[in-house]
Amino acid sequence: MWPNTFDYARAGSVDEALALIGDEGKFLAGGHSLLPVMKLRLAAPEQLVDIGGIDSLRGISANGGLTIGATTTHAEIADSADVRAICSGLASACGQVGDQAVRNFGTIGGNIAHADPASDPPTVLVACGATINIQGAGGARSVGAEDFFVDLFETDLEDGELITSVSLPDCSDCQCAYVKFPHPASRYAIVGVAVCLKMDGGTCAQADVAVGGATVKAVKCGGAEAALAGSTLDDAAVGAAAEAVKADIADWLAGDIAYPESYRQQMAGVFLRRAIAAATTG
Amino acid sequence: MQVSMTVNGVAQEADVDPRTLLVHFLREALDLTGTKIGCDTSQCGACTVHLNGKVLKSCTLLAVQADGCEVTTIEGLAEGGEHHPMQTAFWENHGLQCGYCTPGMIMASAAFVRDNPGASEAEIRHYLEGNICRCTGYHNIVKAVKQVADSAAGA
Repeated sequence: MWPNTFDYARAGSVDEALALIGDEGKFLAGGHSLLPVMKLRLAAPEQLVDIGGIDSLRGISANGGLTIGATTTHAEIADSADVRAICSGLASACGQVGDQAVRNFGTIGGNIAHADPASDPPTVLVACGATINIQGAGGARSVGAEDFFVDLFETDLEDGELITSVSLPDCSDCQCAYVKFPHPASRYAIVGVAVCLKMDGGTCAQADVAVGGATVKAVKCGGAEAALAGSTLDDAAVGAAAEAVKADIADWLAGDIAYPESYRQQMAGVFLRRAIAAATTG
Repeated sequence: MQVSMTVNGVAQEADVDPRTLLVHFLREALDLTGTKIGCDTSQCGACTVHLNGKVLKSCTLLAVQADGCEVTTIEGLAEGGEHHPMQTAFWENHGLQCGYCTPGMIMASAAFVRDNPGASEAEIRHYLEGNICRCTGYHNIVKAVKQVADSAAGA
């Protein structure tokens, strides 16, 4: 399948990329989200600006938290000792995207700009309170991951704006996990659950929970968090959280003929239990 | 648009439409038809090649994105007239039936064993989730990859 015709330009810097993009342009990094939708004619940008060669957009720096450049690949994130130490849930999620060939070229910036609800990294970014750093012609701005993901394939990104990096707080003293039910053919998440638990002795001082796959976007789950916080993560608390999470995602459910909304909603509770177990057993 | 890359050790230059996918460039401009097009949606792995040593599904990259890169296809895996050990292992274990997925299977497996000598059967099966075979049930493919993984680890 060939995409529609477009003009192609390589940018050597962020400023150059912003100058080149125009009204009908798209930024291209790994292309592993954009090219498939262009081949299916779901997108037909007139201009592609290749940002893959801009060095300042690539790489991982540990600075208390993490700053991950937009064109850093899933494989680089999954294999990074810094990411594993500071936000192990993100390393796990990036290691579960697609397959090795996809992870070698797909990038975190492209992934979140595409905002596929069944993709893995957004769920962890929402759970862990990541910040998306954006540059536009009018300047730079930052937006929390929870506000960045607006709806199905819809983000807070304006035309012509470029994601430059993703920042994460230090989760090294949290117990993080991302667990998903992969579609048997595509490996996309039918449901994916991210948990980030801050433990104080045997008590859960703070719980952050997000669900993706089952929903049109990654959703922060305040009800489940409230059920877990202050508990010892005993059966009663985990059971209450597994019930509460179903209400948390009720307004955002997605489904298809094979895995309808009601099934995914039920499985969100099941996979929340598994994510808590994975986080607490290391 | 002008594009230049090294393919199987040979410098190549061509003028391509920017929308040309790498797999089309390899098959149609360079006549390297060992690389197959299967699903064309980056799921099946029939189009797997190496780009700067990393496995890539060549249906999901523009040829212009590979400008300046080194590409290896199934035609470039053998060295000095000798099959790559992975090719030999697929031959010896009959890791194929129709053969359509085989170039991609071999390219993916060769990179995997290079990076993971001594890989277990479970690791091999997990890794090969990005390469789909509709004939074999994977048993002989996994046997072939395990043979090379064992020998790479000195077992």
